[in-house]
Amino acid sequence: MIPLTWFLIVAAFLFCIGLYGALARRNAIAILMGIELMLNAVNINLIAFWRYITPEVLTGQVFAIFVITVAAAEAAIGLALIISIFRNRETVIVEDVDMMKW
Amino acid sequence: MENLVTLVPLIPIVPLLTFAIIVVFTRRNDKLSSYLAVAAIVISWLLSMVIVLSALTQMPQFAEEPAAHLTLLRIPTGATTLDIGVQIDPLTVALLFMVPTVCMMIFIYSMGYMKGDPRYSRFFAYICLFATGMLGLVVADNLLLLFICWELMGLCSYLLIGFWFEKPEAMWAGLKAFITTRIGDVLLLLGMVMLYWQTGALRFETVFEGVQGLAQTNPTLMYIIALLIFGGAVGKSAQFPLHVWLPDAMEGPTPVSALIHAATMVAAGVFLVARMLPIFVVLEGMPALAWVAAIGAITAFFASTIAIAQDDIKRVLAYSTISQLGYMIMCLGLGGFVAAVFHLITHAFFKALLFLGSGSVIHGAGTNDMMEMGGLRKKMPYTFWTFLVGMLALAGVPPLAGFWSKDEILATAFVENQAVWVIGTVAAFITAFYMTRQVCLTFLGKPRDKDIHAHESPPLMYVPLIVLAVGAVLLGFLGVPEDFPVLGPLLGNPLHHLLADQFRQWSYVHLPHVEFNPSVLLVSVAMALGGIGLGYLIYGRKPLVAGQRDPLERMGVVWTVLRNKYYIDEIYRATVIRGAIGLANVCFRFDSGIVDGTVNLVGKLTERWSHVSGLFDTYVIDGIVNGVGRVTSAVGQELRYIQTGRVQNYMIIVVISVLLLAGVFLYM
Repeated sequence: MIPLTWFLIVAAFLFCIGLYGALARRNAIAILMGIELMLNAVNINLIAFWRYITPEVLTGQVFAIFVITVAAAEAAIGLALIISIFRNRETVIVEDVDMMKW
Repeated sequence: MENLVTLVPLIPIVPLLTFAIIVVFTRRNDKLSSYLAVAAIVISWLLSMVIVLSALTQMPQFAEEPAAHLTLLRIPTGATTLDIGVQIDPLTVALLFMVPTVCMMIFIYSMGYMKGDPRYSRFFAYICLFATGMLGLVVADNLLLLFICWELMGLCSYLLIGFWFEKPEAMWAGLKAFITTRIGDVLLLLGMVMLYWQTGALRFETVFEGVQGLAQTNPTLMYIIALLIFGGAVGKSAQFPLHVWLPDAMEGPTPVSALIHAATMVAAGVFLVARMLPIFVVLEGMPALAWVAAIGAITAFFASTIAIAQDDIKRVLAYSTISQLGYMIMCLGLGGFVAAVFHLITHAFFKALLFLGSGSVIHGAGTNDMMEMGGLRKKMPYTFWTFLVGMLALAGVPPLAGFWSKDEILATAFVENQAVWVIGTVAAFITAFYMTRQVCLTFLGKPRDKDIHAHESPPLMYVPLIVLAVGAVLLGFLGVPEDFPVLGPLLGNPLHHLLADQFRQWSYVHLPHVEFNPSVLLVSVAMALGGIGLGYLIYGRKPLVAGQRDPLERMGVVWTVLRNKYYIDEIYRATVIRGAIGLANVCFRFDSGIVDGTVNLVGKLTERWSHVSGLFDTYVIDGIVNGVGRVTSAVGQELRYIQTGRVQNYMIIVVISVLLLAGVFLYM
């Protein structure tokens, strides 16, 4: 078997990439993509822990499916928000959406 | 006498109540006020006569037994009590005979003399208060009550001398009297305090017991105490050097001069010394008594010389009073207790008579100046004859009262101290002289001022004169020495029997026994007649006419010095008064400079401090309070830049925070 640790490292990598994307990309949609990556990294962690620690119980799988579902719903809402902002501000660059600035 | 002593407090209290009633209720009603006053003094007189008569009828036991006391007030003073009360002893009885009688005559006289005065009621109120003081003084059995009455009389003297206060002379005279006697009063108070301190009591009898011990243990202190108490007498009885107030006191109404400054108040000093005689004789060698005799003799002589040169009818009598008081004091200074009291009583009668007579003259002639008078004999007969009786009594012509009492004094002096006898005898000559001068200038010859329409006074005024004249004639017989031929054994010298054993209880008091000395008597008579003769020669044979100068002016400088009373007032003004004013100025400068300066400085410092405090409050306190606000605002100004409005920045903050918290949780 592949040691658990390798799965966790991969998930960590993905999470960090996703975090980088969420924090450093200018385009709002790219930020959403980063968020999706972070969620998927979490999924990998969940499945890995399920398979290696408690394979007999279904909890891990169920949790993963929850996460996928929520991610999907949340992406939909996110896109809706971005479209709404675009209609008002003509831009999807989050840097320029700073009306709450001091 | 024990039962009668309960009546005694009423004697001074009745006039006191009358004073209160007049002041509160009857001020508007002149007649009623005067009737009340006279009624009061008559009541006091009746009560006094009851006591005097029962004392006289109980002779000789009365003189031999100890005094009857009544304690009115017990003041607790620590372990002991101070008892204030009254007593009846021979001296009190003698005075209770004289004082109410003379007062009564003067009160009645005042009803006539003061008629028409706008402050008539007030006058009677004041003399009632005065009577309270004098009567209280006479019956007191302790120094405290005596002193209170003493001061009360001083107050009334001030009020009455300055009765016509619209006249500045009267106002100043009242002040002068009060302040001069105050000097004596302070000395008396000091003496009293020291006596209380040393003997623990103020009651006469207890004091007399106690001073025996003090004379052994601390004779110097005893000497000083005696001198201090004598100081009070010097002030009150106008002895040299505190005599200056009495002549000026003549600014007061004449009844006042008669009452206070002839018969009663000035006699209080003599009374004090007589009362307190034991403390003067208790010391070995009696040094204090020597002072008493000396001052008395000096005063007797020097005042009589001034009287020669005065023109104001009352001034002559004032200096005469000073001189006669000097006689009494001098006599006490030789131990002649009975003779001095005898003279006190007789003098009161004839001096009051003379003053009231002079009042009658002033009332009739409208002036005080004898040089403007003359020829009043025909126009004012009652006044003239009674005045003549008074003058003869004062000059010491037998068989009038003044002769007997003055002769007793001179006889005592001849035995005890010949130098004093000489002074007294010369003064007697001068006395006779100036009185004759007074009578001649006032009554004899032709009127010198055509404008004076002299008229006799109303009966209300001349009847008291007659009563007093009778006293001046007859009273002398109470004191005729028993070894005087014929009259002596016949009359039995009741006064001597009454008073001689006054101090029997205290064995250290030895009063001299004076034998009758015919040569002294003849010398006295010679002096009296000689003085009268000389006076008549100069002033009576060819009475002065208008514009004529006084023949004695030929004495030149001597005359001027005498007329100006030896310039004593001027000397006092230049020395004592200037000194006192200087001291007052120093104190004033101290007060306004240092004391006020300090107060003002404290004020200014407080003001400055509050100013500083204010600055502190404004800048520091408010600074802090405002500072807090400003700092908050400044911090806020800087912190707001965190809110960039960019979601990604917020997310970075979130991530960092999560990492920090995770680190904290993992490693705690």
